[in-house]
Amino acid sequence: MEFLTIIQVLDSTMRLATPLLLACLAGLYSERAGIFDIGLEGKMLAAALFSAAVAFATGNVWLGMLAGIGASLALSLIHGVASITFRGNQLISGVAINFLASGLTVLIAQDWFAQGGRTPSLSGAARFEPVTLPGALTRVRDIAEAGPVMQIYSELISGHTIVVYLSLLLVPLTWWALFRTRFGLRLRAVGENPAAVDTAGISVVRLRFAAVMICGILCGIAGAYLATALQAQFVKEMTAGRGFIALAALIFAKWRPWHALWACLLFGLLQAIAVRFQSFDIAGVTIPVQFMEALPYILTVVILAGFVGKAIPPRAGGEPYVKER
Amino acid sequence: MTEPAIELNGISKSFGPVEANKDISIRVMPGTIHGIIGENGAGKSTLMSILFGFYKADRGEIFIHGQKTEIPDSQAAIAAGIGMVFQHFKLVENFTVLENVILGAEDGGLLRPSLAKARKTLKELAEEYELHVDPDALIQDIGVGRQQRVEILKALYRKADILILDEPTGVLTPAEADQLFRILGRLREEGKTILLITHKLREIMEITDTVSVMRRGQMTATVKTAETSPEHLAELMVGRKVLLRVDKKPAEPKDTVLEVQDLRVRDGKGVERLKGVSLTLRAGEILGIAGVSGNGQSELLEVLGGMQTGTGHVRVNGQEIDLTGRFSDGQSRRARGIAHVPEDRQREGLIMEFSAWENTVFGYHRDPAFQRGPFMDNAKIIEDAKGKIERFDVRPPDPKLTAKNFSGGNQQKLVLAREMERNPDLLLIGQPTRGVDIGAIEFIHQQIIALRDAGKAILLVSVELEEILSLSDRIAVMFDGQIMGERLPDRTDEKELGMMMAGMSTNDTDGAVA
Repeated sequence: MEFLTIIQVLDSTMRLATPLLLACLAGLYSERAGIFDIGLEGKMLAAALFSAAVAFATGNVWLGMLAGIGASLALSLIHGVASITFRGNQLISGVAINFLASGLTVLIAQDWFAQGGRTPSLSGAARFEPVTLPGALTRVRDIAEAGPVMQIYSELISGHTIVVYLSLLLVPLTWWALFRTRFGLRLRAVGENPAAVDTAGISVVRLRFAAVMICGILCGIAGAYLATALQAQFVKEMTAGRGFIALAALIFAKWRPWHALWACLLFGLLQAIAVRFQSFDIAGVTIPVQFMEALPYILTVVILAGFVGKAIPPRAGGEPYVKER
Repeated sequence: MTEPAIELNGISKSFGPVEANKDISIRVMPGTIHGIIGENGAGKSTLMSILFGFYKADRGEIFIHGQKTEIPDSQAAIAAGIGMVFQHFKLVENFTVLENVILGAEDGGLLRPSLAKARKTLKELAEEYELHVDPDALIQDIGVGRQQRVEILKALYRKADILILDEPTGVLTPAEADQLFRILGRLREEGKTILLITHKLREIMEITDTVSVMRRGQMTATVKTAETSPEHLAELMVGRKVLLRVDKKPAEPKDTVLEVQDLRVRDGKGVERLKGVSLTLRAGEILGIAGVSGNGQSELLEVLGGMQTGTGHVRVNGQEIDLTGRFSDGQSRRARGIAHVPEDRQREGLIMEFSAWENTVFGYHRDPAFQRGPFMDNAKIIEDAKGKIERFDVRPPDPKLTAKNFSGGNQQKLVLAREMERNPDLLLIGQPTRGVDIGAIEFIHQQIIALRDAGKAILLVSVELEEILSLSDRIAVMFDGQIMGERLPDRTDEKELGMMMAGMSTNDTDGAVA
């Protein structure tokens, strides 16, 4: 295989891993605080629609992203009220959010744009454009003729949207926040033993809401990235299970930020390979494209079924906190 | 004259129609240890929860060092200098000692300076109060005695000068409890005020200066410890004279009922929890298994009761019992004359959402006497339950009441009635009086002795050494899945048993039955 081909696959790995990574980190904040969130998918989907719609209407991708974050936050708030304030079942609340988003997005898109449940295509300032790093080559021909270092720099490192770089930056930031700050200590504590946090005089409810809101913001960015950077419009069910893949990556990563990055890159790589190679020949046997496209989902099932080591979730995860005497 | 450290004035608190605290007043002087004793449900915990800001009192005032203080939440309690050590520790298991100590008492947004400061303070506190713990150890890796020290350190780190301890010795070995009392003594010398909540009379007599007794939400008396006696306190708690010692005749052991040889059990993770236990038990005797919880006693009961599989040999009345195959379940055990009162009555002994009469028939519901054609004869079962409830003095005597609505003691009586009335050859009984009131303890102990005198074999597992010593005819001590040795109750004491429970061999074969 040609060197440049590998670089190109890795390049698209980066782009495909970004929404996974954002959603995965979103889930990490929420689940570390003891709130399971299977509604990542729904939040991303809602954010995708609203970011695309507002970006189209205003022509400003940043306003679009803000709208996406707003939509995602609204769903987070529902999840928070249901599972923290009213101590409801977190899984049921998450499922409800997914259904709600799945139906409402198409309905709203159809009502606003009447294009079969999708938004019009975005272009120009209504999309996130690739950032060209200083000295990087942009033309395909120039890159093909450049040396390997320049190829890596121009193709793999340069030329992504700002959101890709932001999501990468979020990994060390999340690690630092979690393990080096007071907020992180309390966040981890509330996911392990909320009674310890409560008796230490800290509000469990406020802390968990903070975590759920952070989760909402990150899901919002992930959804906006899908509709305004990776693609150029909102399409029905465009998240395509990414929220669930992110959850699998989170479990795979055992709720740790750096491991989340590696897990998401792995899933991104599988998706990139499926996109790039429509059919694969191994020792004379042709592997159909459908199998390649199914790979990330198969890996998800394998991980969720617990085949990859033993992942211990935060101990108080999924349980509403009830004060005891 | 010095102000009292704590003064409660007319505290009342109701939960719906239940008055948990009725007009409670109490004064605790600084530099003293004040005991609060009472049965379960007497309102001790409610009172302490009010003092620590978990509940708000309906009426009444709280004064801390003479200052009227409102305590709407734990934050306010901590600010008022009150620290609380809960019965179930409030520690984050996979955090270090240091992280647990600073949680909620951090200085600033970054952890590093807080951790450094706490490390230094902890060292000073350790020297001042003999509270030594490794600050970098994870909570899950240290024993309960040390975890409790972390809780005390947490309170002291927050500059508490009033310390509330709720049933602190429930999880400790006798040696650890002694150590705790030494620490408490040290804290008292330094002028700290300590509130000790317990239902153990011995602890009250041993360490407190004054003691208040609570019964049914009311403070029935406050006395100087030196001027009272355990019998007097028990009477104040229960409201009638209570027999603290168990009256029993010497055992008259007959034929061997239970023979256990090299019994081994592995848990779900493949860790061996029972490491080759052998014992015998004869008709008409009680074999008490002592040990700190988690040393294999539970597994022993579970494998004998058919809740676990294991390897080795178990014979009941000379017949081999199936330990792994299709006859290793509870039903088959019952058919062989083995009755089982499990350790955790709420999870394994009863179905809390079911009524009392349903609970009295579980495990025996296939008895032809309770069938009418293909159906269960509910009327007959209810009639039978009524009898059991009456004979075991279950209150309220209503077979249709849901199990969760009975108090702990009455729930236990339901389980005992079900298992004992089937006239088993062998009764396995775990923690018969855990969380049970003194009055009910007396009754349960009498029932166990009566069953023994009726010629039945009884295997008793309890973490309460007093209970083991007063009921057993022989005592086996378990540590780390093995039997450390056997002793006769009148030729041993808590000290020796305590050492064996901690895994120290006393090398003293005197009194051993071998």
